[in-house]
Amino acid sequence: MTILQWTWILTGLSFALYIYIAYATRAKSTGDFYAAEQSVPPILNGMATGADWMSAASFISMAGLISFMGRDGSFYLMGWTGGYVLLAMLFGPYLRKYGKFTIPQFMGDRYYSNSVRVLSLCCAIFVSFTYVAGQMRGVGVVFSRFMGVSINVGVIIGMALVFFYATLGGMKGITYTQVAQYCVLIVAYLVPAIFISMQFTGNPIPQLGMGSRVSAEGAARLNDATAQGKYMLDVLNNIQKDLGLAAYTAGVRPRIDVFFITMSLMIGTAGLPHILIRFFTVPKMRDARSSAGYALFFIALLYTTAPAISVFARTNFVKSINNVKYEDAPSWFKNWEKTGLVKFVDKNGDGVMKIAKGKWDDPKSANEVKIDQDIMVLANPEIAKLPNWVVGLIGAGGLAAALSTAAGLLLVISAAISHDLMKGIVKPDMSESEELWWARGAAGVAVVIAGLFGIYPPGFVAQVVAFAFGLAAASFFPCILMGIFNKKANKEGALAGMFVGIVFVAAYISYFKFVNPAFNNKDHWWFGISPEGIGTVGAALNFIVMYVVGKFTPEPPQEIQDLVGSLRYPGKLVVPPSAGH
Amino acid sequence: MSIHATKELQAYWKENLVIIIGHLAVWFFVSFFCGIMVVDQLDAYMIGGFPVGFWFANQGSLVTFVILIWTYVYMMNNLDKKYDVHEG
Repeated sequence: MTILQWTWILTGLSFALYIYIAYATRAKSTGDFYAAEQSVPPILNGMATGADWMSAASFISMAGLISFMGRDGSFYLMGWTGGYVLLAMLFGPYLRKYGKFTIPQFMGDRYYSNSVRVLSLCCAIFVSFTYVAGQMRGVGVVFSRFMGVSINVGVIIGMALVFFYATLGGMKGITYTQVAQYCVLIVAYLVPAIFISMQFTGNPIPQLGMGSRVSAEGAARLNDATAQGKYMLDVLNNIQKDLGLAAYTAGVRPRIDVFFITMSLMIGTAGLPHILIRFFTVPKMRDARSSAGYALFFIALLYTTAPAISVFARTNFVKSINNVKYEDAPSWFKNWEKTGLVKFVDKNGDGVMKIAKGKWDDPKSANEVKIDQDIMVLANPEIAKLPNWVVGLIGAGGLAAALSTAAGLLLVISAAISHDLMKGIVKPDMSESEELWWARGAAGVAVVIAGLFGIYPPGFVAQVVAFAFGLAAASFFPCILMGIFNKKANKEGALAGMFVGIVFVAAYISYFKFVNPAFNNKDHWWFGISPEGIGTVGAALNFIVMYVVGKFTPEPPQEIQDLVGSLRYPGKLVVPPSAGH
Repeated sequence: MSIHATKELQAYWKENLVIIIGHLAVWFFVSFFCGIMVVDQLDAYMIGGFPVGFWFANQGSLVTFVILIWTYVYMMNNLDKKYDVHEG
């Protein structure tokens, strides 16, 4: 069978599975809709969190990004996993003990203030929409590249599917669909990596393969007999050197920037509402801890494989293209040229493809080959000449990653509208069934808006992803942390801290991304910290302001301090009535 | 005083904080220290085909993170039993 047929079959089967699961687990109450009735076993919650977390960008783009950045790319790997350690110890169990449904609700209750609640729900909606725009685009892109339909048709198919299971199933439907999506995406990611690691090093574990010696078969595939017996990373470093690039295992970014970006991604992760709400869905406090453990295990499976894919795919790509005559180019190169992801511009007119330092469209550079980062995952199985069914898996996996993340984000948006805004503030006396209709309606509207973002992608999407993490880091992370670990943290401090954190991060990022992009380089950054890493500074400012303002304003009421106390212990220690002191 | 402020429960919370701080120290050490701050110095050494700093940045810290969460789960489950606050 051809790659196209395999892609359609595997994607069709996976979609049928998602629809079946969504129908079988549809929500019947608001408890179902927001928190899956707090009945999800920790291991399944771990898988669902993994699928929720690993987005189109993680699946399609990350390995390619890292393959161009070498060791510097490690801030994605550490930054997007280290946050789970914080979640497991600082947030998850206590939020579960609190037990309600949304992050704005927790913020509003803990800081006894509707202003905090509204500010939080605006942040939650902004962060989630920023993130979801990229997912719907990702769905369209995968459809168009693997199945020959247009991007817009792809987005509409994705919208219809998410609309169906997010409005019908709510958190419950989404959770169980995400479990299936995790299985699809991890198989799709690991299978090609295992094949390639075997081909090059004879080691079936890609994580170890990237540090192993090249086998005889690998040397033959690379067309380089001298590579045999050398370490894979040394072979790649030599290739980089021959191309005039920095060694793959060396870093060029200033370490202070890597430090701040890593921290910003970690605490941003721990402040993302769609991840935090997953802890509401398990039965007990101790399940919240273990589900973070499962989640990180399932996530690390992909995140430790990604650098291996970077190494193998980059070596393979360069070896099969560089100094090869264009007319002899492998068939995959010509196929992917149609998508614009790779391109050959014969600058010196010799008909030979040359990879070098610099950009392909810069006439001063000797580089003649455009390589889009996404090609490293999308075309990797073809470059390695893997069987057609393996290539077909990539499409299903990419869709699973994009759809599962989109659904989790849409739920945050829907709950912010129906639960926090409508039920919490506008119309507190509405019935449960009315609230459920609001929740479904809001989810439906959010799907349509997300789809429109996918069809008409605003040019600034890539730029605002830094926003999502920076904002989550500078607003939610400090306030939730202090809300649990400091009984005396009060409303005034939280409001002032959030305000300063948000304004600072928004101003810094806007300046370098929109107002004065020409200045976006390390000579102009404060202390050498890029906009991607500024969330760390925003969070620090939030902490300081919250502490100082808290010192000069009244303490929280006793019942709030009791509520905080009760979050810290498992078991049936409910908040005592204030009169019972 | 609220009912939460009993000596037992305060001791439980203190032990929890100590466990958290210990774990976060390791978290910081493997990622920020080994993977970023002294990464070039560590790269002078090799484990198999990996420069050590590169390995910590790419894989070592991730593996440690997973282990850290599970030792935390294990220690907290024991602590819950010790103070008799474990859930059914």
